[in-house]
Amino acid sequence: MSQTVLILGAASDIGIAIAEKFAANAFDIQLAARKSDRLSSLQSDLKIKYNINCTIHEFDATDFSSHLTFWNILPVKPAITISVIGYMNDNEKVIKSQEETLKTINSNYTGLVSILNIIGEDYAKQQSGVIAGISSVAGLRGRQSNYIYGSAKAGFIAYLSGLRNRLFHHKVHVLTVLPGFVYTKMTEDLNLPKLLTAQPVDVADTVYKGILKKKNKIYVKWFWRWIMMIITNIPEFIFKRKKL
Amino acid sequence: MKKDIGNWGNYPVIESDESAFTFTGEFQNYIKQTGAFIPRGNGRCYGDASLAINTISTLKYNRIISFDTENGILECEAGLTLDKILRVIVPKGWFLPVTPGTKFITVGGAVASDVHGKNHHIDGAFSAHVLEMDVINAQGEIITCSPEINNDLFWATCGGMGLTGMISRIKFDLKKVETSYIKQKQVKARNLDEIIRLFDEYKHYTYSVAWIDCLKKGSQFGRSILILGEHAKTEDLSNHKQNVPLKLPKEKKINFPFNLPSFVLNKWTIRIFNFFYYHKNFKKEINNVVSYEPFFYPLDAILHWNRGYGKKGFIQYQFVLPLESKQGLVEILNRISNKGLGSFLAVLKVFGKQDNLISFPMEGFTLAMDFPVRKGLFEFLDELDQIVLQYGGRLYMSKDARMKPEVLQSGYPHLPEFKRILEKYNPENKFRSLQSERLDLLVK
Ligand SMILES: Cc1cc2nc3c(=O)[nH]c(=O)nc-3n(C[C@H](O)[C@H](O)[C@H](O)COP(=O)(O)OP(=O)(O)OC[C@H]3O[C@@H](n4cnc5c(N)ncnc54)[C@H](O)[C@@H]3O)c2cc1C
Ligand SMILES: NC(=O)c1ccc[n+]([C@@H]2O[C@H](COP(=O)([O-])OP(=O)(O)OC[C@H]3O[C@@H](n4cnc5c(N)ncnc54)[C@H](OP(=O)(O)O)[C@@H]3O)[C@@H](O)[C@H]2O)c1
Repeated sequence: MSQTVLILGAASDIGIAIAEKFAANAFDIQLAARKSDRLSSLQSDLKIKYNINCTIHEFDATDFSSHLTFWNILPVKPAITISVIGYMNDNEKVIKSQEETLKTINSNYTGLVSILNIIGEDYAKQQSGVIAGISSVAGLRGRQSNYIYGSAKAGFIAYLSGLRNRLFHHKVHVLTVLPGFVYTKMTEDLNLPKLLTAQPVDVADTVYKGILKKKNKIYVKWFWRWIMMIITNIPEFIFKRKKL
Repeated sequence: MKKDIGNWGNYPVIESDESAFTFTGEFQNYIKQTGAFIPRGNGRCYGDASLAINTISTLKYNRIISFDTENGILECEAGLTLDKILRVIVPKGWFLPVTPGTKFITVGGAVASDVHGKNHHIDGAFSAHVLEMDVINAQGEIITCSPEINNDLFWATCGGMGLTGMISRIKFDLKKVETSYIKQKQVKARNLDEIIRLFDEYKHYTYSVAWIDCLKKGSQFGRSILILGEHAKTEDLSNHKQNVPLKLPKEKKINFPFNLPSFVLNKWTIRIFNFFYYHKNFKKEINNVVSYEPFFYPLDAILHWNRGYGKKGFIQYQFVLPLESKQGLVEILNRISNKGLGSFLAVLKVFGKQDNLISFPMEGFTLAMDFPVRKGLFEFLDELDQIVLQYGGRLYMSKDARMKPEVLQSGYPHLPEFKRILEKYNPENKFRSLQSERLDLLVK
C-alpha cells in the first residue's frame, strides 16, 4: 500500500513543489490549505500525471479551535506530515501593527505548534510517523530587517528540536528544514541574489532526501550552512552596529 | 519585480514589471491592481508580442485538469508547456495535434499565436483542435468560448496575440499514435523548382518541411532538403524498439552558456546544412525511423541556442505567399542572396487552406529565416515587406518585432473586424503589448 503525505500549506510554491516530488515517487497526497477549493486543478494534475490518490482539505493555521477536528476527520492518517506554512510581511509594517505582529507569530509558530502537537501525539501513540517543518535561516539570528518573522521561525526551530527529542523515543522522525532564499510568491518583490537563491524544486528535493535519509536538520543548498555559521558567530557587539 | 526581459530573438529587450500567478483568483486580483499589461507564456515568440511595461507570467498556472485517454482530449491551464504535455500523453498513445518547432511553449501561447506545424496542410493550425476555452476579460470575468459559443471571442483569441484577454483554460483534442517514433524520409532537391515540385508530389505525407539554402545562385538557386514524416506503426519499428513502442526520449539538455559574436551561428548553420547536403552518405533520399524529439524539435537539444546570435539579438522574418506567387518567393530569395545579409538557412513549408479571423496561415508558401540585428537590416526588411504585400502575402505577428502597421493592415483583410471585437472585450486596452502599440491595434 502506498504511503500518504499530508502537506500543510499546499497552495504555496514550495508546497506545490513538494506535493509534486512525493507524487512522482508514488506517494498519495493530502493537500491542506486555506481556500482549498482553488487546489482542484492541482489535485487533478497530480492524479493524472502520477496515478496516485490526492485529496483536498481545508486548513487554517490560525484557526486554532479547528485543529483537533481537522486531524480527527482526516479519512486516512498520513505517514508523513510536512508543514510549509509561513507568513512574512515588511518588518516595518509588522512592528507598527499589533495585528500584523500576531499574525506573523501565529502563522509561523503558534498555529504550527498547535496542529503538530496533535499530530505528534498520535504518531507517538502509534510509534511511527514523520514530521517535517519548514522554518528558515532567518530563525538562526534576529536581524533588524525581519526579526518578528525571524523570531517566530526561531521559536519553530526550537519547537521542532524539542519535538524530535521527545518523539525519537517513540520511533517518530522529525526533520527541520532551513531554506535560505527561495524564488516564490513570498519573495516576488525582493531582489534576491541569483547565486544564493534556490528554486522551490530544490527545497522539495532536499525535503524528500532529508526524510528518506532520516536527517535531523537540513539546509537548502550546502553553502547556507556556512553562511549561517559565519552570521551566527559574529560577536554581538559588532552585529548590533550592522544594518542587516 | 522589475527586470529586463526580451523574447527569443533578444530584440527588443525592455524593462518590465513581471508578476506571476498560481491560481485564477490571484490573476483576478492582479487585474484590479494593475494598469495595462500583457500575458506572457514562455517567451518563445521572437519579437515584442509578450512584452509590455507590465507582464504577467502564466508559467506557474500549469495544471492538467482532465485527460480523456479513451477519446484523446486534454484539458489544462494555459501556462502548461508542450514538453510537459508530451511526457504525459505519449506513453498513453496520444500526440499533440499540432506542434511548432519547439516544445518549450505554453498552450496559451499556442492559441494566442494560433501556431502551425509541419502538418498544417493536413491538420490545420492549433485552433482547429481547440474544443473550448476560458478567457478572463479586463473585468476579471471568466468567459467560456468555442466555435459554437461566444465564437467572436473564440476566433479573435486564436491568433489574437493576447489582446482579447487572458486565456486560462483550454480543452483540445489529441492525435492517436501507435508509437513515439516517426518514419522519416529526407529528399534532396537541387533547386527551387524541384523543391516546390517535391512538396506537391509528397503532399499526402502528414508532416513536411524543407531546409533551404538562401545563398546559392544560378542552377543551384534554392537547393534544399525536404523532410517528410509519418507517425510510425509498431511494425515499422525494430524488434528492440517494439518492446516499448511508446517510449519517451531521454531529457537531455545542452545549454548554450553565453552570447556569441553574431557571425558564429551563421557559419554553424551553413556548415550543418552543407554537412547534410554534401555528406557522402547523403543519397538523393534517406529513409529511417527516429524518435519524435529530433524530428519535431531538432533545435531544442541545445537550450538557449538563440544566444548564438549575440547581444544585439536577431529578427526572425516569416511570411506566407499565396500558392500562385512562386515568383514572389524567387524575388525575395534573390534579394536575400544579393544582399548577403542572411545566415543563411531558411525553413520552407507549404500551408494548406485556412481563413480565420486573424491567424497567420493561408494556403501558400511560408518561409522563415533569421537575420542578426545590424545596421541597414530594418530598411532591407521594409523592402521585403513590400514584395510580400505585392504578391498578396503577409507576416507572422508571433515572429515580428518591427513591421509597420500598414503592412499588417494590408496583409490581414479581417483586421477591422478583429478590432471591433477588441472594442467589445478589451475596450480600455487593459491587455496591451509593445506590439499592439506598434501595430496600431489599440482601441480608440
Ligand atoms: C525554435 C522555435 C521554433 C518555432 N517554431 C514555430 C513553428 O513551427 N510554428 C509556429 O507557429 N510558431 C513557431 N514558433 C513560435 C512560437 O511557437 C510562438 O511564438 C508561441 O506563441 C510561443 O508561445 P509562448 O508560450 O512562449 O508565449 P509567449 O512567446 O510568451 O507569447 C506569445 C503570445 O501569446 C500571448 N499569450 C501567451 N499566453 C497567453 C495566455 N494565457 N492568454 C493570452 N495570451 C497569451 C502573448 O501575449 C503573446 O502575444 C517557434 C519558436 C521558436 C523559438
Ligand atoms: N521564499 C523564501 O525565500 C523562503 C525562505 C526561507 C523559508 N521560507 C519558508 O518556506 C515556506 C513556504 O513559503 P513560500 O516561500 O513558498 O511562500 P508562500 O507561497 O507565501 O507560502 C506560504 C504559505 O503559507 C500559507 N499560510 C500562511 N498563513 C497561513 C495560515 N494561517 N493557515 C494556512 N496557511 C497559511 C500561505 O497560504 P495562502 O496561499 O492562503 O496565503 C502560503 O501558501 C514558509 O514557511 C516560508 O516561511 C521561504
